[in-house]
Amino acid sequence: MKYVEDFRAPKLARALAARIAAEVESGRDYRLMEFCGGHTHAIFRYGVKDLLPANVRMIHGPGCPVCVLPITRLDMAIALARRPKVTLCTYGDMLRVPGSRKQSLLKARAEGADIRMVGSTMDAIRLAEENPDREVVFFAIGFETTTPPTAVAIKAAEARGLANFSVFCNHVLTPAAITNILEAPEIRQMEAVEIDGFLGPAHVSVVIGSQPYDYFAEEFRKPVVIAGFEPIDVMQSILMLVRQINEGRAEVENQYTRAVTPAGNAAAKALVAEVFELRRTFEWRGLGRVPYSAFRLRDRFAGFDAERRFGMTPDRAVENKACDCPKILRGAAVPSDCRLFGKQCTPQTPLGSCMVSDEGACAAYYKYGRRRAAPNRREAAE
Amino acid sequence: MRHATFDNGVVEMSHGAGGRDMADLIRHLFVAAFDNPDLTGEEDQAILSFPTGRMAISTDGFVVSPMFFPGGDIGSLAVNGTVNDVAMGGADPVALSCSFILEEGLPLADLSRVVESMATAARAAGVRIVTGDTKVVERGKGDGIFITTTGFGQVREGVSLSARNGRPGDVVLVSGTLGDHGVAVMGRREGFDFDTDIVSDCAALNGLAGALLDAVPQTRLMRDPTRGGLAAVLNEIAEASRVGITIREDALPIRAGVAGACEILGLDPLYVANEGKLVAVVPPEHAQAALAALRAHPLGAEAAIIGELRADPDHFVEMETAFGGRRMVDWIAGEQLPRIC
Repeated sequence: MKYVEDFRAPKLARALAARIAAEVESGRDYRLMEFCGGHTHAIFRYGVKDLLPANVRMIHGPGCPVCVLPITRLDMAIALARRPKVTLCTYGDMLRVPGSRKQSLLKARAEGADIRMVGSTMDAIRLAEENPDREVVFFAIGFETTTPPTAVAIKAAEARGLANFSVFCNHVLTPAAITNILEAPEIRQMEAVEIDGFLGPAHVSVVIGSQPYDYFAEEFRKPVVIAGFEPIDVMQSILMLVRQINEGRAEVENQYTRAVTPAGNAAAKALVAEVFELRRTFEWRGLGRVPYSAFRLRDRFAGFDAERRFGMTPDRAVENKACDCPKILRGAAVPSDCRLFGKQCTPQTPLGSCMVSDEGACAAYYKYGRRRAAPNRREAAE
Repeated sequence: MRHATFDNGVVEMSHGAGGRDMADLIRHLFVAAFDNPDLTGEEDQAILSFPTGRMAISTDGFVVSPMFFPGGDIGSLAVNGTVNDVAMGGADPVALSCSFILEEGLPLADLSRVVESMATAARAAGVRIVTGDTKVVERGKGDGIFITTTGFGQVREGVSLSARNGRPGDVVLVSGTLGDHGVAVMGRREGFDFDTDIVSDCAALNGLAGALLDAVPQTRLMRDPTRGGLAAVLNEIAEASRVGITIREDALPIRAGVAGACEILGLDPLYVANEGKLVAVVPPEHAQAALAALRAHPLGAEAAIIGELRADPDHFVEMETAFGGRRMVDWIAGEQLPRIC
């Protein structure tokens, strides 16, 4: 804890807050997107916003693994879990995410489906070994951080000759999503999401390194600062972005030097490359179909691919039309803009994925930031 | 299995069937362990002489998994949990009833260990277990052992505690470190493979609560922050008293080991269960006396003043973060953790 607390030190926070306040130019807005839900969570949990000048505005990005999974894919997982002999293993966050027709994994489980919450892909391997008469499927979601552990499990299943283990792969790629946010004309024209700079992912960058971001900085003239997940990391990175913007620079800078190198984790990248290949296109909640933005299993591992093994096909998903999650995920709306927020949609009764995970913008707003939007408060809504 | 020794063998359906096996179990295990004049095993009820005045009653079911954990087990928890609920009403607990639901196949040695633990906890708390019931369910229909206890206590003269009593300006105290129980139980849970030297804080709070009430009879209310942790208790108080509450993060007593485990597991100690801590709200002029009274008791050595009640039409609980910002402390949403009590 000693090591962690250094990155939460109030004195350092005040000093950084004072520097940011001194260096921002009045009459200018600094619209900074934090891509990762981990940053969103830290900003709310530690009250970072209270330490920022009014013209530094944080825009919450789509980097919440649970939030960006389209309902279609969740529906497919629920349908799979309902098949006889199937045991579906999932990370806990997915359980309460609402699918079509008021379904969720939690509901399916209550109705008899065998759905297990696991903390690690190797728990799923263990379940497969212990239950040779069950088809154990790991519901793989997440960005570059959760992809290598899935690869490890697939390799382990191959090495152990586990015939009853497979993976429903939904792993997605961060750089593709950032490009999409910056590039997609319909997003830029329709909703005018102006972004002056990016707080780059922390843990994702540990795996992929800082090099993949060079493209945005050059192509889109947007500064990127790769930031750690502790509040001091966030504050320092905001200061670095403010300086780049003031000086008209658009570079990739690395604040999270204690963990991120330019090339990233070579072993993890090699493992991922061995097991997975790019999908031509993949649907994201909020972003639509994004080319080359997700992984599927290579043919060599086809036997472990649940989609092929069970002939899984998408059904037509039913979205709640009033739910603003898609816009929120693009940074085009904030949670309190949504008509459902805090009324029909709460962490107890989530109607959209952003209200479920701790990394979701709506959950973070509700849990930590609701006071700003409360009807009885004078404080301006964000 | 007539003359069971309880060192080996398992619970069988016959232990709940009303015949000789059940009678043996009751006499040689429960009555022998709980040993007190009100519990003979011969009657269908206990008859107690009760002083006049107000009586506090509380009932609670215990389903913790695993049933043994560092610092306690389902037995000590079943006694202390209900003793504490009675004590939080300003009452001195006198007697407990207990109902066991046992799963066929439960090792008798485990049952015996749980029952001995209950007896020890009851003696430590100064309460008698005066009546009980045993049922056995088929294998697969339970999870080893479920215990329900009901506690009875005599409410102190002149004391009137209620979650509605809080007023703006009142001071909030906790009696010690937060989150020990939840982390100790989770550390033992299958799938959560981590070693921790944290032990459950499971303890009877009637002595500590009594010491506080002796020193500060003006105490507005007490609560034990079990499931849902400190956050749940503060939100209950805020809603019932129709106030807001502000706490200070740097004032919260949290062990480094608990903070570290929470960090790794992605938990917030504010939401983690305690089984031997109380939250008290007192008028501001009595805050120091209350703090001194808690700290003078062995269970309250790490007590701290953590915040204040304030006027707030939204009844929000907020925390001034150690980092220098503010955030809401909301109810926990859902439950993705194992059974902890």
